[in-house]
Amino acid sequence: MSHDISEVRAEPQSAASPASHVRFRATGFNPKANPVAAWGFFVAVIALWQLGSSTGVISELAMPSPVAVAKALWQLIVTGDLWLHLGASLQRLVGGWIMGTVAGLFVGFLVGMFSWARSPGVAFVSALFPIPKIALLPLFIIWFGIGEPSKFATIAFGVFFPTVINTFGGVDNVQRNLIRMGQSFDLPMWSVIRKIILPGALPTILSGFRISSSIAIILLIAAEMIGAQYGIGALILAAGNLYQTDQLIAGVVVLSLLGLCVSWLLGRLDRWLLAWR
Amino acid sequence: MRLQIKGICHSYDQVEALRDIDFGIEPGEVVALIGPSGCGKSTLLSIIGGLLAPTRGEILICDKATPDGCLNPLTYVFQDFALLPWRTVAGNISLVLEDHGLSKADRDARVAEVLEQTNLWDFRDAYPKQLSGGMKQRVGIARALAVRPAVLLMDEPLSALDAQTRILLLDEFAALFARTGMTAVYVTHNLNEAVRLANRVVALRRRPGTIKEIHTIDIPIAERREGMPELIAHESALWNLIRDEAIAADKELENVA
Repeated sequence: MSHDISEVRAEPQSAASPASHVRFRATGFNPKANPVAAWGFFVAVIALWQLGSSTGVISELAMPSPVAVAKALWQLIVTGDLWLHLGASLQRLVGGWIMGTVAGLFVGFLVGMFSWARSPGVAFVSALFPIPKIALLPLFIIWFGIGEPSKFATIAFGVFFPTVINTFGGVDNVQRNLIRMGQSFDLPMWSVIRKIILPGALPTILSGFRISSSIAIILLIAAEMIGAQYGIGALILAAGNLYQTDQLIAGVVVLSLLGLCVSWLLGRLDRWLLAWR
Repeated sequence: MRLQIKGICHSYDQVEALRDIDFGIEPGEVVALIGPSGCGKSTLLSIIGGLLAPTRGEILICDKATPDGCLNPLTYVFQDFALLPWRTVAGNISLVLEDHGLSKADRDARVAEVLEQTNLWDFRDAYPKQLSGGMKQRVGIARALAVRPAVLLMDEPLSALDAQTRILLLDEFAALFARTGMTAVYVTHNLNEAVRLANRVVALRRRPGTIKEIHTIDIPIAERREGMPELIAHESALWNLIRDEAIAADKELENVA
């Protein structure tokens, strides 16, 4: 049995059926940022929290009110304690992060570019990356003492692995045709690395910085809780031991602000280095 | 520069891609490589350009004469443009001049010269993402011309472009070859491009690629026009040459699928 296409086209489904619009089906799956909603939600949560505290629904001992937290934070500022703790934490955070990042970038580039480093490097990273780095703090204390070096080592060690993984992942993701192009124009190896591989890997490396900076903050606080006189982690632990929950939450707020500052700085770095995107 | 391709064989693991390829490329001639999909055209070009080591055979540079100021005798033009997205048009061209000891003024002069030649001057500060496919390939050509190559190696430079842009760029390539008398090896699956641009067309058989015939087109490139009866005759002759190979290659692909 054969059909003539003109017959098929000429045959209407039903001459009497009314015309209708084509239904639009491409809705959703396209979330958009709304800064007003973000701030509104934030304010609403704090307002509800304050309302709960003021009406006694939330126990002041278990969870101090936002006003009490603000007062405790103000006290930390005017007495200068905040700067003492924050300064110590920032030194450890920046120092540990830089050490881990420099080492991670170096190893990541070696693993990403050279066959001799690839297999041992990947095996090494795969074996050590899953270890919770805080578990190694006692070992670092044995090796480096209870002072600053063990804290730097813990943070650097935690930062090192995600940096290695993102760096060699970034190098792997550089389009091979760009490297071939460089080679076809006889660019020296160092130029291929500096002008093609490094900028090509940069987006992945920078997104790795966001992960490694978060890990660095977590490890910083954990290390300071185990053995430090000053630092936001030490402040939070001391406040908890004394049931000073307002100061404890103030410390947590400082950590949140620290995280936001780091994220903002990385965002600026991203926009500066990846302006071409 | 005169090149001699001598006994080139190449295999990817167990797959034999090319077998016993022998031909010469004379100074000032454009040689097109045609053949069915997978016959090893691009592989052969990579071997000629020194980007792939052949399993056997050699590429000999018999006459080392190069144009004045030549920085990279064998220069590639890529099918997918291979432009650095983080550099501007001028930056992409400048990249290939930066490691040759040229002063910044010399580099800038060369960049300006090729930007003018390729009508890209107004786009010198644009990034690749801001350009159309045709413009990107013009940047690829400008970059290649900036090093004043002895031999241009072009790997299907028009295949990633739409039909209209392809026609326009094909005219520009023809004008470039006619004007400069540049030596080039041009890989294409498009017979129309081959007959418009090439002095000789090397037709390859399906995998493993071997030379079926070297077809000569003795009409000066400057005199060739789209739709010329002589060119249509050459195109038909080439199609007759590779038709059976193309059908057989297609059937092989069907069997693999």
